[in-house]
Amino acid sequence: MIPELGHFTLILALCLAITQAVVPLVGSYTRTISWMAASRSLAWGQFVFLAISLAILTYAFLGNDFSVIYVAQNGNTKLPDLYKISAVWGAHEGSLLLWACMLAAWSVAIAAFSRNLPLEMVSRVLSVMGMVSIGFLLFMLLTSNPFDRTFPAPFEGGELNPMLQDPGLAIHPPLLYMGYVGFSVAFAFAIAALMGGRLDGSWARWSRPWTTIAWVFLTLGIVLGSWWAYYELGWGGWWFWDPVENASFMPWLIGTALMHSLAVTEKRGAFKSWTVLLAISAFSLSLLGTFLVRSGVLTSVHSFAADPERGVFILMFLLVVIGGSLLLYTWRAPYISGGGRFDLVSRETFLLGNNLLLAVFAALVLLGTLAPLIYDALELGKISVGFPWFNRMFLLTTPFLALLMGVGALSHWKHAEPSLFVKQLRVAFIISLLFGLLSLLPVFSAGNWLVGLGMGLAMWVASSHLVNVRDRLKNKRGFAGFWLDFKTGGRSYYGMILAHLGVAVFIVGITLVSNFGREEDVRMSPGDVSEIAGYNFTFEGVTQVSGPNYNASRGRFQVSKDGEHVATLEPEKRAYFVKTMPMTEAAIDWGLTRDLYVSLGEPLGGGDWSLRLYYKPYVRWIWLGGFLMGLGGILAVTDRRYRTSRMRSAKTADTANAAPAVSGG
Amino acid sequence: MNPIRKKRLILIGLMVAGVGVAAWLTLNAFSDNLMYFFSPSEVAEGKAPTAHPFRIGGLVETNSVKRKSDGLTSAFSVTDNAEAVTVEYTGILPDLFREGQGIVAMGQLNQDGIFIASEVLAKHDENYMPPEVADSLKTAHDKAVNKTQSQAGLQ
Repeated sequence: MIPELGHFTLILALCLAITQAVVPLVGSYTRTISWMAASRSLAWGQFVFLAISLAILTYAFLGNDFSVIYVAQNGNTKLPDLYKISAVWGAHEGSLLLWACMLAAWSVAIAAFSRNLPLEMVSRVLSVMGMVSIGFLLFMLLTSNPFDRTFPAPFEGGELNPMLQDPGLAIHPPLLYMGYVGFSVAFAFAIAALMGGRLDGSWARWSRPWTTIAWVFLTLGIVLGSWWAYYELGWGGWWFWDPVENASFMPWLIGTALMHSLAVTEKRGAFKSWTVLLAISAFSLSLLGTFLVRSGVLTSVHSFAADPERGVFILMFLLVVIGGSLLLYTWRAPYISGGGRFDLVSRETFLLGNNLLLAVFAALVLLGTLAPLIYDALELGKISVGFPWFNRMFLLTTPFLALLMGVGALSHWKHAEPSLFVKQLRVAFIISLLFGLLSLLPVFSAGNWLVGLGMGLAMWVASSHLVNVRDRLKNKRGFAGFWLDFKTGGRSYYGMILAHLGVAVFIVGITLVSNFGREEDVRMSPGDVSEIAGYNFTFEGVTQVSGPNYNASRGRFQVSKDGEHVATLEPEKRAYFVKTMPMTEAAIDWGLTRDLYVSLGEPLGGGDWSLRLYYKPYVRWIWLGGFLMGLGGILAVTDRRYRTSRMRSAKTADTANAAPAVSGG
Repeated sequence: MNPIRKKRLILIGLMVAGVGVAAWLTLNAFSDNLMYFFSPSEVAEGKAPTAHPFRIGGLVETNSVKRKSDGLTSAFSVTDNAEAVTVEYTGILPDLFREGQGIVAMGQLNQDGIFIASEVLAKHDENYMPPEVADSLKTAHDKAVNKTQSQAGLQ
């Protein structure tokens, strides 16, 4: 009975979504205040019903209700409660429900925090959110209902994939989804602005904090996913250019471009069309990402044929969302005014460069991700695009991004005096160059130019931003001056600095781990010692242990360096009861400057094992950098100007637009 | 030409040049890094390249897995139930590697026709069959069925 209630609330939510899509929109054109005002209550109503649905599905998992097919496939009585909850979004149907629920939550957030927005704008934004929601709820109800029942109910469930039984992965999908879905807000704002023909600085100012929050969630979600892959998959990689990863990386790249482009649109009124296009692309890629990962199309184009209903629905949905919004764009874009002029050397130009690089990189990743599908569909043969290609594309674009970053953050809007920033950045440039050259010395990298490039760029990003901060605080007194500046409206500035310093940290991490990381597959008998990068790993043998829903072989290692004990590592090889698949649990001794990593291979008889030993210098800096980027985003969003009067800015931006338009986005 | 238009032209020119160079580099690198997939039957027919890495996939033949004395190199046969190719790999095989399981290996053929793998993939799901493997098994099966049918027809 209770699962049917969940199904029923899902249907009610669909009805509300349809109302939310239609009534406020019509109201916004007929200027019927009550119709427009209804958008807020409708968003709340939809959220409440979807939350009930999600709660009921969670309840079914906790209560082991295996008459629900989805629960029977992914739940199990022996599963710890935490993983029963994360199993709710562990597979296709449930993750769609979570998606829809988050969409409703974002809608409610707009409804609650939009008191300063014109009602007309709010109603159009919520109407667009309603339209997206219709798509998802219909998809769920027609093809992927999480509440479908089976009779007779099985006695035991199929269990969540053991790989996903991990605290990191329990919160990774929700974070990622919050990011994906968050871009729907930027999308809805863009579409609403196109509808109303009101693409001005105030529109950019409204969507900026939302976009940044979504970007923060996506950033943290990706960082967490990469960290999870590193310790859970047992072979020490942190990024594989796997289609599933690319699916989250593409919206991140475009989202990053969007954040910067919105800054230009808000401050200078320029790049409007481009910003709108980015908002549409970011959300389209989020949709594509969700479906790519969950529909199974990646494993084979033919899985579409195996489940044609889902495939056709997804294609139609993508077509309507992307095609519809692009159609609206081409219809409305010619009426968008051009915005403020700027010189060839100006912050606008640098941000444009950054945007182009990010967009080009995203397009390349898209090409690499979809090429196997396209080749297969056209019957040109079965291919895969190698890891090296993605790495090369990364090296082709990101160094320029890092270079631009240092100059862009320092230069002035509209017109920057080259001689001025040459003077400002001279020292930073020399330091970075020396640092890069120094890292090429035989003691460090023996002329590996990639190390020199990476370290030089990291230093460039860091030092140019520190110069930037110093110049800002030049006329302020010490720490007190900084604190006052921080409290009175400087937060978005310091957020930007922090995020960019995060990029520097990230560059150090990837440079060092990719060039100095060591890994070895070895065969060891109990008592054997293996040396890797100066660390001695002593193997003490393997014992059998048992966990709540698995048995495991647990190895024991003593690690020492120069005769001093460093760590005791206990990697495991688990066999889960239900899925009977082996799982490698790596043991890691982590540190800020290096990780030591051991994972068990397989028994070779006589107590011998094949083993993987890794030395990973500075690998944590990769995630630390990502974390700093996210923190910078949070700092920027809490800036006072987003909380105080938003109307004020609307006026100033409008006057800026009144200037004759020459150079648009 | 007025100065604003000139500036914009320079800007656009730079962008086009940048994008052009990027596109050229990309496409060049792209064709170098494409890895084609071949089934054991195709390898037996000599369709697979000998000087270029590719991917091979199929089922690990039962009782074919042998370890060399160093304990880290293993040799096994990959089959599509029609032809089999010997694969050699040094290193730790994935958790789900076992006989009868579908796998995909990346590597290159040596002079003796042995596939020296640099990477062996077995997906983390016991029900999973790499799609290329499923396809090649089906092709091999269909061929076999056709053969027996035509032979039956001759008799």
